[in-house]
Amino acid sequence: MTETLKIKNLHVAVEGKPILRGVNLTINRGETHALMGPNGSGKSTLGNVIMGHPNYEVTEGVIELNGENILEWDATARARAGIFMAFQRPMAIPGVKMADFLRHATTNVRNPARKEGEELIPMRQFRKELTEKMEQLKMDVEFARRYVNDGFSGGEMKRAEILQMAMLRPKFAILDETDSGLDVDAVKLASQSIAQIGKETADSAAMGTLIITHHDKLLDQNTPDYTHVMLGGKIVETGGVELAHELFTDGYDRIRARYPEAAADERAMATTEAVAI
Amino acid sequence: MATDVLHETNLGEINKYDFITPSHDVFKAKRGLSADIVGQISEMKQEPSWMRDFRLESLKIFESKPMPKWGGDIGINFQDIFYYLKPTNEQGKSWDDVPQEIKDTFDKLGIPEAEKKYLAGVKAQFESEVVYGSLQEDLGNKGVIFTDTDTAVREHPKLLREYFGKIIPPSDNKFAALNSAVWSGGSFIYVPPGVKIEFPLQAYFRINAEQMGQFERTLIIVDEGASVHYVEGCTAPMYTTESLHSAVVEVIVKKNGRCRYTTIQNWANNIYNLVTKRAVAYQDSLMEWIDGNLGSRLTMKYPAVYMMEPGARGEILSIAFSSKGQHQDAGAKVVHCAPHTKSRIISKSISKNGGRSSYRGLCKVEDGAVGSKSNVVCDALILDAASRSDTYPYIEVEEQDVQVEHEASVSRIGEEQLFYLMSRGLSEAEASSMIVSGFIEPLIKELPMEYAVEMNRLIELQMEGSVG
Repeated sequence: MTETLKIKNLHVAVEGKPILRGVNLTINRGETHALMGPNGSGKSTLGNVIMGHPNYEVTEGVIELNGENILEWDATARARAGIFMAFQRPMAIPGVKMADFLRHATTNVRNPARKEGEELIPMRQFRKELTEKMEQLKMDVEFARRYVNDGFSGGEMKRAEILQMAMLRPKFAILDETDSGLDVDAVKLASQSIAQIGKETADSAAMGTLIITHHDKLLDQNTPDYTHVMLGGKIVETGGVELAHELFTDGYDRIRARYPEAAADERAMATTEAVAI
Repeated sequence: MATDVLHETNLGEINKYDFITPSHDVFKAKRGLSADIVGQISEMKQEPSWMRDFRLESLKIFESKPMPKWGGDIGINFQDIFYYLKPTNEQGKSWDDVPQEIKDTFDKLGIPEAEKKYLAGVKAQFESEVVYGSLQEDLGNKGVIFTDTDTAVREHPKLLREYFGKIIPPSDNKFAALNSAVWSGGSFIYVPPGVKIEFPLQAYFRINAEQMGQFERTLIIVDEGASVHYVEGCTAPMYTTESLHSAVVEVIVKKNGRCRYTTIQNWANNIYNLVTKRAVAYQDSLMEWIDGNLGSRLTMKYPAVYMMEPGARGEILSIAFSSKGQHQDAGAKVVHCAPHTKSRIISKSISKNGGRSSYRGLCKVEDGAVGSKSNVVCDALILDAASRSDTYPYIEVEEQDVQVEHEASVSRIGEEQLFYLMSRGLSEAEASSMIVSGFIEPLIKELPMEYAVEMNRLIELQMEGSVG
């Protein structure tokens, strides 16, 4: 049976103000979905809510992983169940080395029942795997000794997120503007790496991917099966890859004209968004 | 590295610091404090009359001084405490001479293993006396003296008397006076000119009798061009009634000398830890205090460096961790008394479960100390809304041509940081623990390996059950 991440009629508020207003989205393993939309339409919120961010209040709807409602699960449980998000702005954790952090993360995700203090994956095995992945991403080995995201350039942060995905081999991955801040070559490498990682999950079934992006370069190697357009906290239109290309060229005005109600919500949310971020 | 150590080390039972070994004391002074008791302590130790007089004079000063009005709330009944306890008749000459019960306690602390690996000389203080000590022969051959202070009174009277109580006189403060009256044990170190000791000298201290004060007295003299790293670590078992620890540590670093003094203290939650530590640093010398404070009900401790001659440097790194019912009032003092002296203070504190950490520091630059530089950085991390952190920096500059910098930051453990780590499969507790160990990493890496391990263990134990 294909594993599925299903979002049904999801309404989300932050400090009482609605951000998402009834999102429906079904992602099967092996599918690539592109999620587009103007700034402030709720794309990152959707990603954060799927990952289990505690500050977002789900007022209606469910998120199901293979038919099971996961809304009550914390981020830890969701990560261990195979959900991953590459953050748009990952947090710095000063004093904690990338390698130590990744070793804990990798151990926990591969052994979801692990309790604190139980053994980590053997150092030798971990180091070998990490070195391989870093070579694939053209990252210097020194990187593993740096503190997590501390003083990283924008590009380094994004690559570090991809490295984490490569190590954790999730079933479902949300990539929140993983291409922003990267130059053309770096986007190309990222695009290839994401496609490659998508095929290399732990149980050999391909990854289900939700790519939040403003550019089409990331989609070169990750042709979306579906493209969704979000406006005013709702997915207003879904199409194929041609929709993605159309939006890159023409922008969102046609969408706003076609969905005046969502466009009105978008304007209302513009004031709220400052709070949400 | 820090987190590797944190999670790879077999932590053993959580309550490893809770064990209590029954006391079989040879001699126990009566509870309370009086000239009689002070005289008795001096007599038991068969001290020369100058030391007995010093003690009695100190007692008078103690009685005449009021309790400090600042810092923490000191709820001690001085008449309710034992001031002297001698656990065995003879100081152990070798490991075989040490009583089994005491060995068991050391085993629980991991002392013999530690010694095999790293130690040149161990002075382990069980209750008030040093019961076991060893010193590598070559140190002795180089003229290094490393002994307990009681022995030094008998065997090195001239040297000891020249410096004892000179850096911190009994009149300095109420608790220095108390220590001067009833002191017992502690380390005495003399490093002759030009002798550089490459490995850390270490001592473990341990309070193990209820209601017993521990008043060790340490004196370190680093002669010209010499260097030493002294490490002191303490773990104390849990008790339900108050206990008092009030030490005095005096350090002299002569021209071109170096001294690093590292302390890791993890006191039971009912202990008052009121310590006076001060060093004087002469021309082009370096004095470093590295100070880790965990546990205790109240800690008041402000290691000081007085830079007496040009080119002297003082560095103080400190970590304080306070949890429920604990108040860490810790900090540092640097006093620039001569031109071109330099100091640096880095202080990190962590408060959780309603704990309170305060940084209290003094940076003083005397008139004429031209070209001096001081840099103070204190960072506080607060883990929950019930906890508290305060900063009390005192800066007194009497000279124009100086550079004094002070930075302070307070941060709460970020929800976003926690979420980020949890989204990678770390549990909330594991994530908090990782953020905390990252926060103190800049200090941990200054510690000798085994102390870094110990410190991380202690932090991890402190973090157990801190979330959720």
